[in-house]
Amino acid sequence: MSLAGGRNWRTVAVLLALSLAVIPLSLALGNIRVDYTLVTVAAGGAVLGIVCGVLGSFAVLRQQSLLGDALSHAALPGVALAFLLAGRELGWLLLGAGIASWLGVLLINSLVRRTRLKQDAAMGVVLTAFFALGITLLTYIQSRNDASQAGLDQFIFGQAAAIRRQDVVLISAVGLAAFLVLIALWKEFKLITFDPAFAQANGFPLRLLDVTLSTLIVIAIVLGLQLAGVVLMVGLLIAPAVAARQWTRQLDQMLALAGIFGGLAGAGGAIFSGLQQGLPTGPLIIVVAVAIVALSISLAPERGLLWRAWRQRRDRQRFAAQQVLQDIHRHATQHRDPRYPAPGGMLVALRGTLARPALRQLQREGLLQAGADDDWTLSERGLERAREAARNQLLWERYRQFGEELGLPSVTVDTQQPIDRLLPATALTRLETLD
Amino acid sequence: MNQTPALHIEDLTVAFDSRPALWDVDLVVPEGVLMAVVGPNGAGKTTLVRAALDLIPRAAGSVRIFGESVARARGLTGYVPQRSSVDWDFPTTVQDVVMMGLYGRLGWLRRPGAAERLRTRQALEQIGIADLATRQISQLSGGQQQRTFLARALVQDARVYFMDEPFAAVDAITERAIVTLLQELRARGRTVVVVHHDLQSVPDYFDQVTLLNVEVIASGPTAEVYSEDNLRRTFGGRVAGIARLTEEALP
Ligand SMILES: Nc1ncnc2c1ncn2[C@@H]1O[C@H](COP(=O)(O)OP(=O)(O)OP(=O)(O)O)[C@@H](O)[C@H]1O
Ligand SMILES: [Mg+2]
Repeated sequence: MSLAGGRNWRTVAVLLALSLAVIPLSLALGNIRVDYTLVTVAAGGAVLGIVCGVLGSFAVLRQQSLLGDALSHAALPGVALAFLLAGRELGWLLLGAGIASWLGVLLINSLVRRTRLKQDAAMGVVLTAFFALGITLLTYIQSRNDASQAGLDQFIFGQAAAIRRQDVVLISAVGLAAFLVLIALWKEFKLITFDPAFAQANGFPLRLLDVTLSTLIVIAIVLGLQLAGVVLMVGLLIAPAVAARQWTRQLDQMLALAGIFGGLAGAGGAIFSGLQQGLPTGPLIIVVAVAIVALSISLAPERGLLWRAWRQRRDRQRFAAQQVLQDIHRHATQHRDPRYPAPGGMLVALRGTLARPALRQLQREGLLQAGADDDWTLSERGLERAREAARNQLLWERYRQFGEELGLPSVTVDTQQPIDRLLPATALTRLETLD
Repeated sequence: MNQTPALHIEDLTVAFDSRPALWDVDLVVPEGVLMAVVGPNGAGKTTLVRAALDLIPRAAGSVRIFGESVARARGLTGYVPQRSSVDWDFPTTVQDVVMMGLYGRLGWLRRPGAAERLRTRQALEQIGIADLATRQISQLSGGQQQRTFLARALVQDARVYFMDEPFAAVDAITERAIVTLLQELRARGRTVVVVHHDLQSVPDYFDQVTLLNVEVIASGPTAEVYSEDNLRRTFGGRVAGIARLTEEALP
């Protein structure tokens, strides 16, 4: 669509390439032997990470990050009950988790609606109650000394090593279905996330869409439980979205990036935990995810801390250079000779410590010539540039004063921009011929 | 003169926590007028707009838009919510937000195409923010946010618009742009109901006015109902200079 959009898709592509490169690189550096189990575990982690990252973006944007936490904790008793009823079969365990999560949402919502509890308090109550029940049930199951119970506690902190090939297939199929729903309802989800009242006023069934989107988020949580565990699940849901938000100004790009980051965190965490028996996956996923968040917050263009500091510095230098160029031009005009040199000392007195680097930069760009005695003269191009800037300044000034009166189109006044680019030629002529 | 009114509200009561925010409101807005809704903070102005659009449940009463139920008249209504009602840090651009005004018409599964982009472009130009089309919405000033919302309402191409404080915290230039827009809408036979705070400008901008304080104090042509007495009853005499205000405004 726009230039900005194009550049950002390029950013997405670059980050995707980097993420894809990180995994073989770390395998090589860590001297890790690639075998069938490792590939399965990594694939499972990646798929889960992608699903959680993409759907988690909506949780973040709807400011429901904490709800995600409550939901994942609420899933635990469902897992335990499903095990008691149906045995250790992933499909059943996930179904149990999903139902328990859903009951959790309903309970939270009705607590908020029927009592004076605020949402955070309601979530706190439900989260702890369900989690406590889940732990109790798990302890009971373990006390039965049933061999098949082995690894059920992986649901607390996550255990990638337990993921089998058919699990990956199941997770991929459910994730794919969730994505199809997301694509089909894309504009509706976008609308209810940004402005639910406006969606309703346009006749969209807000409740139904709300429930559908929440269901997708619950699905992501449930799928991710085995890998990340109920305690840290929320991290896999939230962190990729938070990191992705730093890099882009478009929803579709944010979701794509969150998917990439989630995939990287999921695969990375799964591989690391596969290195050693019994290393829990959840915490390792969070370590990778948080590293991505930290990198994004400091490095991302526009929002990143380092980037902002760098731009501020660059802007200050650019403004100083512009001003120094104007100063020299004005000085020359006063002496009725466009090539009249300006003494460096005077410029420093006018613009302070930034004047020296500005002079050097202008000289590098061929806009200034240095005289023998710290004298500075405009070159042909420098003169042209200074005149152009002076004209731009003047036209903006006139636009600010008379634009309304002349009925010119309204644009945001930004004297750093060439006015020619923002106003049509006819409007410029009118401003130029003013007097 | 026995046209169906654009908006017809009868016996409307809305309550929050069993405290009425609107009490037994009757209101008729004829087609093609600009109507201001005026009242003190907490008078129920926003609630009135939201109830008229069926966004909140009613305790009693009915709302008809061009004689139809609100649900059936969705395609006829346009909405400019209070600016503060959304999170402006949402990752999207101005043109994207404006295009949201067309989603309702598009219906399920259809995506905006060339026709929608053209319509969006035109609305941005009409409101004077074409240069901001690809700007991230978190980088907008208050007045620019307001214009974005107005452009979004414009592409809805509604017959009756509801605007919640479109003039809040905008500068004089934006205010004039909005007034021009309102007049253009009226010239095209559209009806606009505007929640308004500046008592001074009511007689200049609006044909009709509703004075609201939980109940409707008065409603009708500005020249008839915008009187010192009615304002005093609406604001409980708390507004300094009400007398001066209406003397100046009304001959
Ligand atoms: N969601 C809500 N829950 C509880 N009370 C509400 C809710 N919305 C509004 N109210 C109450 O209803 C009354 C009317 O509110 P409303 O927002 O309609 O006022 P308003 O006239 O728009 O005020 P303002 O000029 O400040 O925008 C107020 O007393 C407010 O506290
Ligand atoms: Mg209000």
